[in-house]
Amino acid sequence: MELPRETVLHIARLARVHLSDEEVATYARQLGDILGHFSVLERVDTEGVEPTAHTLALKNVMAPDESRPSLPRETVLEMAPNTEDGYLRVRAVLE
Amino acid sequence: MTDGRSGLTFLSLSDAATMLRRRDVSSRELTQAALDRIAAVDGRVRAFITVTAERALAAADDADRRLAAGEAAPLLGVPVAIKDVLSTQGVPTTCGSKMLEGFVPPYDATVVSKLAAAGAVMVGKTNMDEFAMGSSTENSAFFPTHNPWDLERVPGGSSGGSAAAVAAGEATFSLGSDTGGSIRQPAALCGVVGMKPTYGRVSRYGLVAFASSLDQVGPFTRTVTDCALVLNAICGHDPCDSTSAPVETPDFTADLERGVSGLRLGVPREYMPDDLDPGVRKRVEEAIGALVAQGAQVDFGVPLPSTEAALAVYYIIAPSEASANLARYDGVKYGFSYQDGATMWENMEKTRGLGFGAEVKRRIMIGTYTLSAGYYDAYYLKAQKVRTVIRREFDEAFETYDALVAPVTPTPAFKLGEKTADPYAMYLNDVFTLPVNIAGLPGISVPCGFVDGLPVGLQVIGKPFDEATVLRVARAYEATANWAAARPAL
Repeated sequence: MELPRETVLHIARLARVHLSDEEVATYARQLGDILGHFSVLERVDTEGVEPTAHTLALKNVMAPDESRPSLPRETVLEMAPNTEDGYLRVRAVLE
Repeated sequence: MTDGRSGLTFLSLSDAATMLRRRDVSSRELTQAALDRIAAVDGRVRAFITVTAERALAAADDADRRLAAGEAAPLLGVPVAIKDVLSTQGVPTTCGSKMLEGFVPPYDATVVSKLAAAGAVMVGKTNMDEFAMGSSTENSAFFPTHNPWDLERVPGGSSGGSAAAVAAGEATFSLGSDTGGSIRQPAALCGVVGMKPTYGRVSRYGLVAFASSLDQVGPFTRTVTDCALVLNAICGHDPCDSTSAPVETPDFTADLERGVSGLRLGVPREYMPDDLDPGVRKRVEEAIGALVAQGAQVDFGVPLPSTEAALAVYYIIAPSEASANLARYDGVKYGFSYQDGATMWENMEKTRGLGFGAEVKRRIMIGTYTLSAGYYDAYYLKAQKVRTVIRREFDEAFETYDALVAPVTPTPAFKLGEKTADPYAMYLNDVFTLPVNIAGLPGISVPCGFVDGLPVGLQVIGKPFDEATVLRVARAYEATANWAAARPAL
């Protein structure tokens, strides 16, 4: 079962990943194959079963509302490929 | 003494600690021996992405000063290798990805700080499948790692570098991370001890996130006792990780020698399928026989019926979480950045298209698909419900059994390139390990012999936060064999 090309392109768009034409063809085939294997889930009866997001019996972990030192601004900006006047710089978002 | 310095490189952690304490050897000698060993064999094994020789020798001298001052701690002065998924301040941390090539983190992971405080000496950062996604270390963006027992075969993955480093004598112990088997599977394939603690036992702060509800840090060692010593140092609640459990860390060495007499052990039916490699089956059955001979009461055929669905649950939940976690790699804040596009979106999409490798993109695509409108209920929500069922089946088994014993992998190490063409065939490697992550349980791989010269692992799975029993069973088995004495011919 191959995924339609448009579906692959739609998902790639949602994930903000550029794919070459060759990758689109490969993933259409491979994702279709992998998703096909997921049908095994239908065989498990989950009527009335709550979902598990994580396995710890923890909920709403609170921390005291206290300020703590964080990384210096310069340290963080040093890692960025493109900065200006103490900000991260990107191409215009709005035309 | 012909094996002089190379003898140092295969010491167990506890023997190394004893020699350091008695001043029979210095940390500098031990560290230099590890660095020499890396220089001699890593051209063939390729366990390391970065070797930190200078820092290591400085840390060793520091450890020697602490030892001279009479300080005694089990890890003080002992060489350790760290999987390149753990953040190390001032030392490149790549996650095996072009996306983070050259990235130098501004802070240490909590486990890295804990090891440094304990005096362990980091000799380098180890190779891995990109962002810990893979079972063979072939998904590293840089180069594959080779199995020290047969250089034409994979070391397993994703922590293949950390497993191979210990197996090849390049470090006394190492750290890895395990999301679906990424410590236990390479430990089994490389013939070393590897443990995934209970989810929440070890802080994930500074562990680059893959699947946050499944990821856990753990050790590779030569012996079970060594594993307990490392756990003692790395476990504990961390306010920087809200999913780290607020529980006491016991002394994991306390129960090691209590034996298995009177313990009830179960062998899950679904973990001994008809198509299990006959050699693996034989070794695992012999190991179980040894536990019976030690007084354990063992039942075969314990049902975990939803095991067949676990692979699907894992390959929905892990990619879903990964697709969200990996959204941070946008080429804006750090890491690889494509800058030649006409628009911000083009730059971002090309950054991610060019910076991520094939398997990472595949999983981002799967995860984005299973979380997307129209498919969320059928895939992600359904997988979370089956996750509950899987956990309940384990809970039920643990009402009767103190621990479960099983193979770690369906086969011994396979050849490089053998499974790269078929992603799903590669995923099947983790069929006996990933249910343990889904349920958040502790699990260990302990060497249980060889098939045609390739190591095989016995898996012991325990109740949540009952690492003590897992270690006790693994140690009882280990005491009947002496696989730690076996060394690969490199």
